[in-house]
Amino acid sequence: MACSICLAGPADFDGWRAAARGLLAAGIAPEAVSWPGQDGAAGLFDGAAPDLPRDAPSPAVPRDFLVQAELAIRHSDPERFALLYGLLWDARRRPGLLRTPTEARMARLAAMARAVRRDAHKMHAFLRFREVETPDGVRSVAWFEPEHHIVEAEAGFFERRFAALRWSILTPRRCAHWDGAVTTFTAGAHRAEAPAADAAEDLWRTYFASIFNPARLKPEAMRAEMPKKYWRNLPEATVIPELLRGAEGRERAMLGQAIAAPGRRQRRRPSGAGTAG
Amino acid sequence: MDLRAKLAVLADAAKYDASCASSGTDKRDSRQGGLGSTEGMGICHAYAPDGRCISLLKVLLTNACVFDCAYCINRASAPVRRARFTVEELVRLTLAFYRRNYIEGLFLSSGIIRSPDYTMEQIVRVARALRQEHGFKGYIHLKTIPEAAPELLAEAGLLADRLSINVELPQAASLRALAPEKDMPVIEGAMAELSTRIATAGAERREARRALPPRFAPAGQSTQMIVGADASTDGQVLDASDGLYSRFGLKRVYYSGYSPIPAASAALPPAPPPLLREHRLYQADWLMRFYGFRPSEILAGGEAGMLDLEIDPKLAWALKHRAGFPLDLNRASREALLRVPGLGARTVERVLEARRHGRVKLADLARLRVPLRKVAPFLTAPDHRPPPGQIDSAGLRRQLQPGSAFARAARPEQLALGL
Repeated sequence: MACSICLAGPADFDGWRAAARGLLAAGIAPEAVSWPGQDGAAGLFDGAAPDLPRDAPSPAVPRDFLVQAELAIRHSDPERFALLYGLLWDARRRPGLLRTPTEARMARLAAMARAVRRDAHKMHAFLRFREVETPDGVRSVAWFEPEHHIVEAEAGFFERRFAALRWSILTPRRCAHWDGAVTTFTAGAHRAEAPAADAAEDLWRTYFASIFNPARLKPEAMRAEMPKKYWRNLPEATVIPELLRGAEGRERAMLGQAIAAPGRRQRRRPSGAGTAG
Repeated sequence: MDLRAKLAVLADAAKYDASCASSGTDKRDSRQGGLGSTEGMGICHAYAPDGRCISLLKVLLTNACVFDCAYCINRASAPVRRARFTVEELVRLTLAFYRRNYIEGLFLSSGIIRSPDYTMEQIVRVARALRQEHGFKGYIHLKTIPEAAPELLAEAGLLADRLSINVELPQAASLRALAPEKDMPVIEGAMAELSTRIATAGAERREARRALPPRFAPAGQSTQMIVGADASTDGQVLDASDGLYSRFGLKRVYYSGYSPIPAASAALPPAPPPLLREHRLYQADWLMRFYGFRPSEILAGGEAGMLDLEIDPKLAWALKHRAGFPLDLNRASREALLRVPGLGARTVERVLEARRHGRVKLADLARLRVPLRKVAPFLTAPDHRPPPGQIDSAGLRRQLQPGSAFARAARPEQLALGL
């Protein structure tokens, strides 16, 4: 029996969980299930639900597995729903499976959860608000491009932090708007709909340039944590090329100054290697 | 001087403090009013081209200073431009940056002006305005001036998440030579005072039944040591850290490779900052705190009181204790696995978990993203037995030594994360 599952959205964890429970109770093997987004199937996030047992008993699964599953559901990988259901199916015959982090599919699940967690962390870190005057007062608007389906899940972070502001977070797939009491979600937006600048950005760039120590240049370490794909939405990133170009000269000037001090000879330590990137 | 010019001077003057951690404080949010939140995990809002995390607005209130510490860009005799924020300017700047999600909060330090008490009072005023007038719930790290009155330190602790006093140098003698106005016993006395207050407040809050007593620096205290400005060995540095951790319960000791500064004192080495040495010290610090190593064991991996710069301290230790290897991946204790080069604390926990459900193979470690080339000589597993004699071979070190390109790219990740 082939079975097409519909979900309420691309990160519908509760919907996936209910469907998985029903499929397990009906004894439907993973090969017979098609999940939204698989094989280019589109529009399945809002179709008719197949006739599955409702309120099926939930099989016991480790808490860690559920935590990881909830994160992995937000991943943009179209195979996420099938991967998770396949694991549940096999766990019926292999009780230790969901507790074996070294098993290949469990490792893939962990990698997906990790990617989603990292995406969320980078959203908390690299999202930048710009303030605009509106008839209702100041509004803080951000444009951000997450890799995964995390806007709904992460809106709470911004509510807790910026409850006193009125803000909108615009992204290509989903937008969130906080009015001081509730967050509403709307369809994706375009970059051009977000404000292009903010009065505080000059000060912020000044700070970014001044806190940088040119004697410790390590651009590859910067790029590992703040990959270039984020730069176009970071106001401070525009000064990075200039800082990189100027760094060597500034360090040489400082060393030269000290070397020129009377009565001292330059003594480079062997351990000093490692300034250049 | 306009605000932008002041910010340039006072951020430039603050960048030699390595800490930018914003983690480990209690959880707060602004749903009941105010602005900001802390959720336990630190956030790095940007990275500078030096690879370091930018989490906080890290500035001095003023870079004018009556002290004349040779290693410091702000010392009284340095011919640098001086500036001073007003309390109001700094409060507005912090809030403007915070509202735009540029920062987690403020790390405020200052040169000593007029007197230690006067300076500390100015620092406390900024934190008081943020917390009390603006309901600021973000992270505040205050540099504490050890010579200031105890009442001021007490108020600072009620406002801040973290307090720090820099020991600056690993030995009292170096401090006397390079920072004549500073005094190690005074510094340690202030650390002891903070340590007592932090511990007392923590205990009272844990035991409180109804109204919670006020928090006191819930993210604890930290300190910083400059490396390479005096002749101290790594052994002396790590012994000093070990003593600070055990006597004062510090959350972190930061190591800051002495960095050339404009108009440097002639008393200091005109060399590039010893970044690799600093990185090895952070790794050694990690081994002391999370891997059960004593400083003497770590030093045994190096020579003459210095860590091996070419390989990391855990590998250096293992190569000098080869008789204990290879270990059976499926039988070794947690403590023993933690000493295997290439196995991190989290990996060890996962291996122990996986062992309960079956035998763990070397191929399984690859799925946990363990560098197999590094661990293989030190382990046996159902699918792996190191070639006979490999563990004792003279070439093993060369084989495991990272290429110089790797060593150059080695970066102190710990800086980014705080605790």
